[in-house]
Amino acid sequence: MKLIDPHVHMSARTTDDYEAMRDAGVVAVIEPAFWVGQPRTTIGTFQDYYASLIGWERFRAAQFGIRHYCTIGLNSKEANNEALAAEVLEILPLFASKDGVVAIGEIGYDDQTPAEDKVYRAQLELAKELNLPVMIHTPHRDKKRGTSRSMDVALEHGLKPGSVIVDHNNEETVKECLDRGFWAAFTIYPKTKMGNERMVEVVKKYGKERIIVDSSADWGVSDPLAVPKTARLMLERGIPKDHVEATCYGNAILAYGPSGQFNESDWLIPSAIDQRTLFEGNSVLRGQQPRVDEQPVVAKGLIS
Amino acid sequence: MVEAECMSATESMTLLDSWLQRQLKAETTAWLRDTCVATSAGGGTRALFIAFSTAGRRAGREDLRLSAADLAAAQEARRGWDPSRWSIDQAVRTRLVLALPSSDKKAWLTTLDQLFAAAGLEELVALYQALPLLPHPELLPPRIAEGVRSNMKPVFNAVALDNPITAERLEQDAWNQTVLKALFIASPVARMVGADRRANPKLAQMLIDYARERIAAKRPVPVDLWDAARPGCNESQRVELNRLQDSAAAATA
Repeated sequence: MKLIDPHVHMSARTTDDYEAMRDAGVVAVIEPAFWVGQPRTTIGTFQDYYASLIGWERFRAAQFGIRHYCTIGLNSKEANNEALAAEVLEILPLFASKDGVVAIGEIGYDDQTPAEDKVYRAQLELAKELNLPVMIHTPHRDKKRGTSRSMDVALEHGLKPGSVIVDHNNEETVKECLDRGFWAAFTIYPKTKMGNERMVEVVKKYGKERIIVDSSADWGVSDPLAVPKTARLMLERGIPKDHVEATCYGNAILAYGPSGQFNESDWLIPSAIDQRTLFEGNSVLRGQQPRVDEQPVVAKGLIS
Repeated sequence: MVEAECMSATESMTLLDSWLQRQLKAETTAWLRDTCVATSAGGGTRALFIAFSTAGRRAGREDLRLSAADLAAAQEARRGWDPSRWSIDQAVRTRLVLALPSSDKKAWLTTLDQLFAAAGLEELVALYQALPLLPHPELLPPRIAEGVRSNMKPVFNAVALDNPITAERLEQDAWNQTVLKALFIASPVARMVGADRRANPKLAQMLIDYARERIAAKRPVPVDLWDAARPGCNESQRVELNRLQDSAAAATA
């Protein structure tokens, strides 16, 4: 089975992770722009970070036969440095319309401060102007209220719920999210947020429509194989295969496809020039043969 | 010199326009023409940046289809220019960059640097491929060297392979490093334009040392190392190179 991890911070992961993901059937990933674990202090670090998402990380992923896409945005934590946030908002349009940018994100609230609100709204407007979907990061604290508010404000700015992916849902937030017509994404964490056992129950209860599974794996305790493991567990627990395919692959294409930058043909039938640009190099492999030059790799992974 | 450079930029623009017109939809051709006209007229960089970013989805990413006559015309317009492996979006991006006003050198370079600083992988490849067509080649050596330093093989290839400006403009040490790096990352040295002309004994020694290192580690020597080293060899180096080649061949036999 082909899988997509539509929220994973690969910049913080190793080549072993890429290899394991590929072996487990992951064909494409989306890396949302977010913070890097500590606050940045200058505009240049933001510029280089965004450039790495559309350049180096895309190249690195391709070495393992994985297509890398990203979202561009200013995260809510760093929105609180108001002077710097204003500079970042100024350069966002430079990056947001690049190839492979599938949404504005991850944006939303952390402490739900006025500064966060201002930056969130400005980026909703940018998404509208560029006709891009939005990926919302819902807060860890005061979650239910923060999630409702994220959706209220998105609607207030005229976005259609169908073009907004609300991430980091849990059992308490999912119903409102689906009832209002938004996409409901779930981050499967080993310890916090959703465990994969709980995810199985959510899909049992709510079905496959507009539900998306992701790992949000980053520099913290997290699991880049969360999507394959959850897919396997769902199958073991008797969830229909089409539900697993929708929540772990197809729904991400439906949600991010309207950007025009996330097409199944990119990884199923890449154009010749695309193959040359993205699948030729091997500098990360340091002397090993690039596996992408071999016959098409059959996922031998966790599920078949 | 300056006049000749401007002429090659003008001629390459004409060629790109005619090639693209054959493959682009009429509305895309019009969009490209309007953007280029506005940019050349000094209409600012905003429209150019947007057009540059969205060239792939506007124009498509198929291969540029060129005949033998087209390729000959390319060589005529700019010696060593080989667009045989270019895609449509790369040609469009090149055409857009060529539309930048260049009479104010400093402003021109600033805009070019901005394009590089915010470029994605595909855009970097297009920008480096376009370097030999740009005006003011004397300002470009730092940019060429930066491209050669890239850890992204497609970017390195864009500046090192099928690209005449690299041999024309890099200092000897930088050129030698470029050849050695190509061998390291298995990029075909045969596609480095001007390699025979730039060969030198210092490079030959670097490559001989590299061959020794590989043989000592019982690892294969890149097959194109010998031809890359030979033109620069002095007499004693030639003897040593042949000896190493024989022993490498014996090791793999």
